[in-house]
Amino acid sequence: MKRNNFSSDVIKMKTRNLLIAVLPSIMAILAGILVGFVILLAVNPSQAFAGLSTIFIGSFNKGAKSIGNAFYEATPIILTGLSVGFAFKTGLFNIGASGQFFVGAFFTIYVGYTWTWLPPSIHWLVALIAGLIGGAIWGVLPGLLKAFFNVNEVITCIMMNYIGLFGVLYAIKNSVVYNKLQNRTYVLPESANLPTLGLNKIFPYQSMNSGIIIAIIFVIVIHIILDKTTFGFELKACGFNPDASKYAGISAKRNIILSMVIAGALSGVGGALLAQSGWFIDVVDNLPGYGFDGMSVALLAMSNPVGILFSGLFIAHISVGGIYLQRLDYDMEIINIITAAIIYFAALALLFNIITKKIFKDKSGKNANADSGAAVAAIADVKKKLVADDKKPTNSKNTSNTGKKSNASSKNNSKGNAKKGGKSK
Amino acid sequence: MTGLDLLYFLVQQTMGFAIPLLVVALGGMFCERSGIINVALDGIMIIGALTGTIFINLMQSLDAMSGNLLYFVAVIVAAAFGIIFSLLHAYASINMKANQVISGTALNLAAPALAIFIGRLYTEKGVQQIEFVNQFRIEKVPVLGSIPFIGDLFFKNVYITTYIGFAILAISAFVLFKTRFGLRLRSCGEHPQASDSVGINVYKMRYAGVIISGALGGIGGLVFVVPNSTNFNSTVSGYGFLALAVLIFGQWNPLKILYASLFFGFLRTVAASYSAIPFLLNMGLPMEIYKMVPYIATIIVLIFSSKNSQAPRAEGVPYDKGSR
Repeated sequence: MKRNNFSSDVIKMKTRNLLIAVLPSIMAILAGILVGFVILLAVNPSQAFAGLSTIFIGSFNKGAKSIGNAFYEATPIILTGLSVGFAFKTGLFNIGASGQFFVGAFFTIYVGYTWTWLPPSIHWLVALIAGLIGGAIWGVLPGLLKAFFNVNEVITCIMMNYIGLFGVLYAIKNSVVYNKLQNRTYVLPESANLPTLGLNKIFPYQSMNSGIIIAIIFVIVIHIILDKTTFGFELKACGFNPDASKYAGISAKRNIILSMVIAGALSGVGGALLAQSGWFIDVVDNLPGYGFDGMSVALLAMSNPVGILFSGLFIAHISVGGIYLQRLDYDMEIINIITAAIIYFAALALLFNIITKKIFKDKSGKNANADSGAAVAAIADVKKKLVADDKKPTNSKNTSNTGKKSNASSKNNSKGNAKKGGKSK
Repeated sequence: MTGLDLLYFLVQQTMGFAIPLLVVALGGMFCERSGIINVALDGIMIIGALTGTIFINLMQSLDAMSGNLLYFVAVIVAAAFGIIFSLLHAYASINMKANQVISGTALNLAAPALAIFIGRLYTEKGVQQIEFVNQFRIEKVPVLGSIPFIGDLFFKNVYITTYIGFAILAISAFVLFKTRFGLRLRSCGEHPQASDSVGINVYKMRYAGVIISGALGGIGGLVFVVPNSTNFNSTVSGYGFLALAVLIFGQWNPLKILYASLFFGFLRTVAASYSAIPFLLNMGLPMEIYKMVPYIATIIVLIFSSKNSQAPRAEGVPYDKGSR
């Protein structure tokens, strides 16, 4: 009976914590969409409500086909989002995701287009790994320079973006993948594309394939690395407090380099997955925007890998909505303004945290008070009785000790529980 | 083209690339010295360029103003809108204690979208390019332009903004290091609690820093677009990020920022006009190599100069009166 109560309390707490974690993002999203609605009203009031519902319905506007479109859009930005988020966890600002993405995409296109002697069953995988390696190569230099020469990674990453852009354009122009007539790269042969796994039947969008599943696999892998391994713990420790982690014997240099390599590899995979879904590189002096979109994805999710999956899907969802927004004679750019507004509101975490806490105050605030009150009383009680024994009272001892002392504390605890039960009902 | 002509040409061109970098990086310097990271420089530049070019376009189509007076007023308009836009960043990062990188990134995302959106609303054809007639180039400054050598170097084929840029540099260096305001601003970026304890209003100082960066960022955006183009197409080609790099490269110091922006501007000029330089043309290297050189050179210089580089200590940390 008691145990049941306890576990249901834990579940309650877990859901509450999840809500507290997610609610600010949801509020930011709603506030951002409100900004979009104001713009819709300002441009053309008569269509504003239709426009708003189009944005909300987003990728469900055309059923399975547009959902497939959203998956296609989400795949690369989930990966670049993971890249930016992973570096953030280590206290690094990976503004170079665009360059890593671009280099990764080129490696994949090159391997996918030229290494056709590979059996088709592994050709796509080799091409994918090539993209991963390309991105990792582009991520390693900012890491190395940061670790050994104290060069600010933001500026190296910006420089690497440009070097990657012009380097790749040069490499394209001087290799067989260059489609001179259309001034872009050739599209990959079928064997180098990602397997569709029949997903293109379920979601009849022409570029639909298993990319989204691979993205989800990477989300899980990164989640495990960050939350379940010593390595991930060390990375996060470096991000929280480099001095303390150094003191604890964690090699900051090694972690900075590895973190940038992994971040680069993730962006590279993003480029690979897109290139293996029928995308090609246009030979123009601009980097594609997927790296910067990754920044918004990571920031909206507060760098949490699982959150990145959902924020990536969400941003893709409203982006696809933007395509249908044009039918109402609205500009697609409204979606980008909304995304920016959402990120801005996400930055105002404080405001939303206050609101969230207010919402939960009636339950959690008073509960916490009751709990702490009971605990204080229990400790005071135990202290009195322990004076003779000359032992230090701690919380863990409160629960594990037997005899008179624990009786006293458990009495108080049960009082506290009774109080809590009374109030929550 | 003789060697001397080439020198004149290179110097004049370098100014076109270096001045916007200089102005924007100086703006960023004030902001970061006050303790606020400003990655939104690119977005602020875009807003400045957008409003400035719209103003020029409007005045030129109405025939209300022309010549360098128009350019000067447009610079002020760009600065004003840069300030308004930067206030969003100030509010988030100072009042709301937001993560400054996130709020800056949000502004960077918003600016190009706004530029395209407003551009399409503004132009009759519904295109995002805002056209203007470039009538602002000064062929030769009277009197000064007649000085041999120096006149050719600095007083021919220039824009007034070149001089405005240098004036901003001089004023910035003076304000930052020789005035009470500058000292207070710097102290807020190093140890805001200490500043507060002696009666300095940290919030006010940080607002001042962000507002200056907004004004200079807006100016920099317009100054970048006008000499290099005849229309504004919702982008400043990532120059705001380069300015950020120049700022770090220049170690938050006005004079070093000048050197950094001249260094970068010169390499950009060489990359853009290598075909006019016989020596470089004869080397037969592909265009992309020259385009990469400025960035590679910057990285190499950074390796040697960054060992002791130190950002303002309290940069990026929201000021909390209660913290110790």
